[in-house]
Amino acid sequence: MLVDIQNLKIGFKSRTGFHQAVKGVSLKLGTEKLGIVGESGSGKSLTARALMKLLPKSTVIEADTLAFDGIDVLSASERQMRQIRGKRAGFILQDPKYSLNPVKTIGAQVAESWRTHKGGSRREALEAAVNLLEQVQIRNPQVVAKSYPHEVSGGMGQRVMIAMMLAPDPELLIADEPTSALDATVQAEILRLIEELVAERGMGLLLISHDLPLVSHFCDRVMVMYSGRVMEELKASELLSAKHPYTRGLLNCMPSLIHPKDRLPVLARDPEWLK
Amino acid sequence: MTIEIDNLRIRFGEREVVKGVSFDIEGGDSFGIVGESGSGKSTVLRAMAGLNEDWQGRISFSGEDAPQKRPPSFFRKVQMVFQDPYGSLHPRQTIDRILSELPLVHKMDRIDDRIAKVLSDVALPQNARFRYPHQLSGGQRQRVAIARALIAEPEVLLLDEPTSALDVSVQAEILNLLADLRVERKLTYVMVSHNLSVIAHLCSQVGVMVDGQMVEQLTAEDLRLGKAVHPHTQELRRLSVELEEPV
Repeated sequence: MLVDIQNLKIGFKSRTGFHQAVKGVSLKLGTEKLGIVGESGSGKSLTARALMKLLPKSTVIEADTLAFDGIDVLSASERQMRQIRGKRAGFILQDPKYSLNPVKTIGAQVAESWRTHKGGSRREALEAAVNLLEQVQIRNPQVVAKSYPHEVSGGMGQRVMIAMMLAPDPELLIADEPTSALDATVQAEILRLIEELVAERGMGLLLISHDLPLVSHFCDRVMVMYSGRVMEELKASELLSAKHPYTRGLLNCMPSLIHPKDRLPVLARDPEWLK
Repeated sequence: MTIEIDNLRIRFGEREVVKGVSFDIEGGDSFGIVGESGSGKSTVLRAMAGLNEDWQGRISFSGEDAPQKRPPSFFRKVQMVFQDPYGSLHPRQTIDRILSELPLVHKMDRIDDRIAKVLSDVALPQNARFRYPHQLSGGQRQRVAIARALIAEPEVLLLDEPTSALDVSVQAEILNLLADLRVERKLTYVMVSHNLSVIAHLCSQVGVMVDGQMVEQLTAEDLRLGKAVHPHTQELRRLSVELEEPV
C-alpha cells in the first residue's frame, strides 16, 4: 500500500478558539487513480498536504496511521520528508502561474529538479530537462527550455510542472486541481497526458478536484468529502449514479447542456450528514 | 434596452485582440459569449462597460451610440459584475460602505432604504450590511457584487464569469438569482463564460469567440441540439457533453 491514512484529524488554533477542519478521514491508495471531490473547505487539499507534511507548524495533526509506503509521516524528520517530497511523491498544483519561478528559465527549473534528485553535471541536467519537456509532448522543447514562465501559455506551464514532477520518477503523483485554471480543450489534453504517464510508469495518482464529472471519467475510485468528513467512497464509474444525498445534490445542481432545467435545484444541507 | 455592437476593434499596442466583432441583443434578452482564455471575450465586455476607452467601431445602447468616454449617467444604466468576489470588493470597507458608493456619487435619495431593499433582493440578511467582505462566504460576496450593480437600478448587466470562482452548489444559487432578477427587473444580460452549460442555462443567444473574432452566433437551443457549424463550437460542445455523459 503506497498511502495509508487512518482517522486523520487536522485542526487550527486561532485567536478565537480551535477549528477542526478535517474530522477523521481514512483512505488507502495503491497503484491506482483515486479522486477526492468536494466543495471548497471540505478538507480535500488539507488531507493531501498533511500526507506530505506541508502544513504550517501551528497545525494540529492527529492520526491513527499516516503513512507513505510504510514510513510514518507524523514522526518523520524533515530530512526524511525531503527524501519523499518530489523524489517519491510529486505534487502538481492548480496554477502554474504561481508555482513556477518567474525569474528563471523553464529549462533551468526542470534541470534543477532533475539534478537535485539524480545528481550529475549541469549539462547532463539540461539535456535531461529538454528530454522531459519532450515527454510531456511539448513540440519544440529546445525553445521552451530557453523561455521564461510568462512567455508560455497556461497549458504549457502546466506541462512544464508535470515535467518537473516526473524528473525523479516518483511512485505517487498528487494533483491538486491540476486543470481548473485551464481551458476545456487544454484540460482534456493535460488529463490525457497525466493518464498516459501514470499508466506507463505504474504510479499511484491522487487527484483532487471539485469537478465531479471530470473525476468520474478519469479516476478508478472516488472519495466524496464534505466538511472534513468522507461522505462516501465508490467506483468512479458509479459516481453519476451515486446514492448519497450530498453527492446527488452536487450532481443535480450543475447546469446541463443536454438536459436543460428551468431552475437549478439548490443543495439542501442535512445536519445528519455530519453525524 | 437593445444593444448593438458593430465591427468592434480593440488593440493593445501593436496587437489587435478584438478583430471586428458585431452582434445585436434585444431588450430583455440575454446574450452569452463563450471562448477560451485570450479569445478577447472579456475585452469586448470591458469596452461595452466603458472600462476601456480605446476602441474602434460602434457600441450603441437603445439606438444611441456610446461615446469613448462615458458620461456619469451611463453607469446608472449599465453595470458590471466581475469574476472574483474575493478581489472585487474593497477589503477594508463594510458592505454598507461598498453599497453606498454609487448612490452617493449619483446623489440618489433614500440611500438607507435602497440598501435595505437591494440586500433583500439578493437574499442577503440585513445584518450583512455592517460586515466586512472577509466575514462573508464566496457566494455571499458575489451577492454583494450583484447588489452593488443593482443599486444603480440598471437596465443592462454585464457579467464576466460571475460563477466560475464558486462551488457548483453556490453557482446554482447565483444562477437562479440572476435568472429571477432578469425577469423581475426586465434586465438585459451580456455574460462571458468559458463554461458552455452555464451560458446555455442563462442565455438564449450564444456567440463563440476564437482569436478576437466571433466565429459563430446561434441560439442556445441550437447549441444544445448540436446544430453548431463552426468546428471550434462543435469541439467545445463535444467536450462539454462528453463530461456530462456517464462513462
